[in-house]
Amino acid sequence: MRAIQYAAPSTVEDAVAILAEHGSDARMLAGGTDLIVQVREDARDTGVFVDAKKIPELMDLSVNADGSTTLGAAVPCHQLYNNAQFAASYPAVVDAARIIGSTGIQGRASVGGNLCNSGPAGDTIPPLIVHSAVCNIAGPDGERTVAVEDFCTAPGRNVLADGELLVSLTLPKPPAGSGSHYLRFIPRNEMDIAVVGAGASLVLDGESITAARISLGAVAPTPLFVQAAGDALIGLTANEDSFAVAADIARDAASPIDDMRGTIAHRKQLSYVLTQRALRGARARAQGGSPTNGH
Amino acid sequence: MATEIQSGKVHVQTTINGESVDFLAEPRESLLEVLRDNLGLTGAKEGCNNGNCGACNVVMDGVLVNSCCVLSVEAAGASIETIEGVASPEGLHPLQQSFLENAALQCGVCTPGFIVAAKALLEENPNPTEYEVRWWLAGNLCRCTGYDKIVRAVLDAAERMRAEA
Repeated sequence: MRAIQYAAPSTVEDAVAILAEHGSDARMLAGGTDLIVQVREDARDTGVFVDAKKIPELMDLSVNADGSTTLGAAVPCHQLYNNAQFAASYPAVVDAARIIGSTGIQGRASVGGNLCNSGPAGDTIPPLIVHSAVCNIAGPDGERTVAVEDFCTAPGRNVLADGELLVSLTLPKPPAGSGSHYLRFIPRNEMDIAVVGAGASLVLDGESITAARISLGAVAPTPLFVQAAGDALIGLTANEDSFAVAADIARDAASPIDDMRGTIAHRKQLSYVLTQRALRGARARAQGGSPTNGH
Repeated sequence: MATEIQSGKVHVQTTINGESVDFLAEPRESLLEVLRDNLGLTGAKEGCNNGNCGACNVVMDGVLVNSCCVLSVEAAGASIETIEGVASPEGLHPLQQSFLENAALQCGVCTPGFIVAAKALLEENPNPTEYEVRWWLAGNLCRCTGYDKIVRAVLDAAERMRAEA
């Protein structure tokens, strides 16, 4: 690896000062499972690593007075599936946290890091979108918030300007009668990058859908929030006919590329099938059960 | 107070297998490089050097990690457990004994990572199913055994450890 500098600030203000001074040469280091490998393999030229893990706000995982949850940007994946309250509230996020890399990766890799890496196939991003998560960003000009669906701008790029960092994510309290699910297609059982990923959240009143959000990964330059697919479900009964309507819209919204992991036609079909399955899983959880497919 | 930006050789104080250890390392060096090249702890292996193979697994502050994906300077103040700390003066760890008896290794390069990872599993879940063992160890690659003997060895060790507990 090229020579680098390392700083471990203990406050957001210090981190912002270092990031602002070094501009695009500096990056936040959370779990390092993307960043360290990218710099080692010359896929990214970063000279200043700013360790996120000594800053309390970036390691925070707590429930707020209004019932929302604050998820610090550097909290590693393993803390999420070992936190019963978080897992019960945001199951789609935990579905993703369990399947990113291996146990050893999940010991370090964070949801915030996955989001800031801004890969089109980032597994935690569709779950954050279906849970209406909001990014809390700090920078030289103060703080701002951005909805997760507006955060990524292109493969590997996002709205963070030089000097800015993702401090945390705020996940709204899930309404009563809600459930969510995320799953992906990979040609193996584990340790792979999504050919397509799909997340769904549902709020049910009896059998009737009162709110729904659907998001796809790896079918566009950024993770896709398919708002029309969720909106089409409102007022419908949570059954296969309704899910097919949403899945059709999701398939139409997908604009994938051909690459070594899959073809356009395959990814279009997967967008349909995985949307159906994500909705079935979300419905099962909304009704107190668990998904019967995927992990 | 402005945060110090470290470069060149950095003095790092850490704990490895219960002993206080000091070393000098550049921030670009990984924890794996320091373990192997500076400290002579060559049990952890460099397989892929990008987080895929698990041959470099260590436990850092109680959490299983790939030491190739940890910067040396991140070890400051941490507690690291490596394969060198698994056996005791009295003898091999039950996992090590079970790997031998179940022929769960051939070339042996992946073995330290598998044992460190499996030990972390059994500390968290003393009675895993075969599925749970395979899922937990999915990040440890072995090109010799086909995995079956490794999984059997872990299940066998878990049974012995439960019997002794």
